[in-house]
Amino acid sequence: MTAPIVELTGISKHFAGIRALEGVDFAARAGSIHAILGENGAGKSTLIKIIAGVLRPDRGEIRLAGAPVSFASPAQAGAAGIVCMFQELSLIPDLTVADNISIADPPRRFGLIDRRAQHRRAEELLARVRCEDVDPRAPLSSLSLSRRQMVEIAKALGRVPRVLILDEATSALTAKDVQTVYDLLGLLKADGVTSLFISHRMHEVEALCDTLSVFRNGRHVETFAKGSRSDADIVRLMIGREVEALFPPKPAPRLRDPLVTVRDLGWEDRLRGVSLNLGRGEILGLGGLDGQGQKELMLALFGVLRGVEGKVEIGGRQGMASSPASAKAGHTRIALVPEDRKTEGLMLSLSIADNLVAAAYDRICTGPLIDTAKAAKLVEEGMIALRIKAGSPQDAVSTLSGGNQQKVVIAKWLAVGPEVILLNDPTRGIDVGTKQEIYRLMRELADQGKAILFYSSDYAELIGCCDRVAVLYDGRVIRELTGEEITEEALVSASLNIGQAA
Amino acid sequence: MIWWLRQSWTFAGALVLFVALFTLYNLLHPRGFSTAVLVQNANESVAITLLAMAQTLPVLMGGLDLSVGAVMTLTSCIASELLHGGPVEILLGMAVTLAAGAMFGFANGLIVVYGRIQPIIATLATGAIAIGLALLIRPKPGGNVDDDLNWALTNTVWDFADTYGLADGGDATWLQPFVNIPVPLILLFGVVVLVWMPFKRCVTGRTVYAIGSAEGAAFMSGLPIQRAKIAAFTLAGFLAGCGGLYLAIQTASGNADMVQAGAYTLNSIAAVVLGGTSLLGGTGGLVASLVGAFILRVISFYFRILDIDPLLQPLVEGLVLLAAVSVGAIHALRIKNRLELFR
Repeated sequence: MTAPIVELTGISKHFAGIRALEGVDFAARAGSIHAILGENGAGKSTLIKIIAGVLRPDRGEIRLAGAPVSFASPAQAGAAGIVCMFQELSLIPDLTVADNISIADPPRRFGLIDRRAQHRRAEELLARVRCEDVDPRAPLSSLSLSRRQMVEIAKALGRVPRVLILDEATSALTAKDVQTVYDLLGLLKADGVTSLFISHRMHEVEALCDTLSVFRNGRHVETFAKGSRSDADIVRLMIGREVEALFPPKPAPRLRDPLVTVRDLGWEDRLRGVSLNLGRGEILGLGGLDGQGQKELMLALFGVLRGVEGKVEIGGRQGMASSPASAKAGHTRIALVPEDRKTEGLMLSLSIADNLVAAAYDRICTGPLIDTAKAAKLVEEGMIALRIKAGSPQDAVSTLSGGNQQKVVIAKWLAVGPEVILLNDPTRGIDVGTKQEIYRLMRELADQGKAILFYSSDYAELIGCCDRVAVLYDGRVIRELTGEEITEEALVSASLNIGQAA
Repeated sequence: MIWWLRQSWTFAGALVLFVALFTLYNLLHPRGFSTAVLVQNANESVAITLLAMAQTLPVLMGGLDLSVGAVMTLTSCIASELLHGGPVEILLGMAVTLAAGAMFGFANGLIVVYGRIQPIIATLATGAIAIGLALLIRPKPGGNVDDDLNWALTNTVWDFADTYGLADGGDATWLQPFVNIPVPLILLFGVVVLVWMPFKRCVTGRTVYAIGSAEGAAFMSGLPIQRAKIAAFTLAGFLAGCGGLYLAIQTASGNADMVQAGAYTLNSIAAVVLGGTSLLGGTGGLVASLVGAFILRVISFYFRILDIDPLLQPLVEGLVLLAAVSVGAIHALRIKNRLELFR
């Protein structure tokens, strides 16, 4: 057993009172390929950000090859040999491929960047990742996502890592590139380089890694050698808790006439033929890991995306909305509670009242003028219906708690009078009490005959709230679960595309 | 070259526009294609060109510098006090002038980085300070600038050599291919080659582009963000100082004119956009702004030969600017996720 190259003891990290990591002890051996597994929000990203110097832990110690270290920035971690490839690429779109590969420490002559040497270096590194077809002079923004990811890998290689962190590094790669990365990691392993590998694809973990660590709820659950646990065991380790009784009772499952029919929806490389039905009075969950096309599906239905292919029928009419304005005003009104309430949901510096009426001006106007009496009534209704706790409707919405802010977003969209409601992770980062209220509201709306499409990164919510769940994987619905079939085991294994486990 | 063209086709478009406008101008001019016309045009373009170059640096980082015109005014007032006497005194005066510009830019950089104030508002304030200082130095227009210097730097290479008795008074054989080139163009060329090219090729310069393109990714890549911001503003101040120095030499005087300073600042922004540098940052460059400034000047030259009411000049300049920037906005039509338009 070789000595650990990276060793964390007692690491804790909190964000605004929310625990991201709690007392984590973790070690990775030199020359191993070490998988880090866990559900969304288990603390994987926080862990690697701490190792890579992006975040500083609140408590705890990091040792690199036995010596305690404390990194103030990614640059310092990089200098110590810890190189990280982030999920959000750390590449600069307007610079060339060669510039990007050598960005932190380009070859220099007389203090100036030696462009010829830089070009050669880029060619060598690109050859190592078998991307000879990429022109080092091309601006990065001209490359496809999968090529960019390979450039990111070449860039990481060029920094001569001792510890290489791959956070979802293969998520956008083609099968050929994935093989290249496998081979590369094998060669690095032989050189004694440690790789920390975060992936949601179980078969990749199986094929590559020698050691696995499972995280859950900000804690390190267990580390074990590959092969010592079955897939089913791993899934159970990742879940590890009971589903709490937070949820309102569900009606018995029954067949419903579809209000929304989607067939073979395609967009860029994010949606690859999504088909589903959504009936009146039904809550349809969207399952799967982050970034499998759930968000794009909602944006497409709401008219945000251009160049969407496939058929959509809403309320008996063919065709999808061409813009958010037409989506909310169509004969079957659609509302979208967006993913990021701070940028897409709210105008933070405006008042609660202004936010509440922002999507429903057609209902409060008399001719071209806003009727203040109607507006006040709408605001009052919204605040009562969602029990928004605020001093005054004139307070800036930024003064509210996260939960109440989210209620404002929901109230704003209910003011439109929608029949189809798209909810994109509406309970993210809010307290349990408010979550419960939102679950109840969803069921009430469904009982009133609205059709609800609900994406959540929390499996417990999908199980507790949904009549049916469509699990997305790689831009497709790979499994549909109804009623009793919706269990955590089924959701997790479908998310990882590893067949019916357990 | 292909990548370069594809990436900077707005710049290529600007270049074509300039060549077309300038050729047509010379065809229409009674003394077109003559050295005299070229020298005059060049002299009138230098200050705005240097200012557009200065403006380019903050714009590359996604900001604006509203103090460039004021710094030019301040440095021209300083120069109008210092550029006389013996050669050593004159050279020292030049150095002091340029250092003053650079210092002012350096101060802008410190305020933006450590004061965490947006460039546009920080430089609005420091610009007013610069004008205030200029008024203290030169309450009334005037000054004392060496006559030889004025003559040598605002004419052709031959005149320069003749003035200072270099290269057989300008008659040396090796100089003959160059004798008709206006000195101001050589100065601009010098600034590009000696200041911009090295800057663009060092890590600091590249970081300037990275900041404008994706500041988060620049930070994640461990680039020296603060240093680059301060350096960019310092260089902007230095280039504005170059503009002020030349203005003082050209007019043989200094004038703390607030209106002129404001007009120069706004024109510098227009020139940057015309050249194809994105106001969002990340793409473009000093050479592009040089072309943009030339276009802006050529348009104004037309009013002299075309017997058009000078009152129409701002209107036409505005229309040309609008047309040029509209071309740059076409890319928005290709964006597939419309949410990205707002990021």
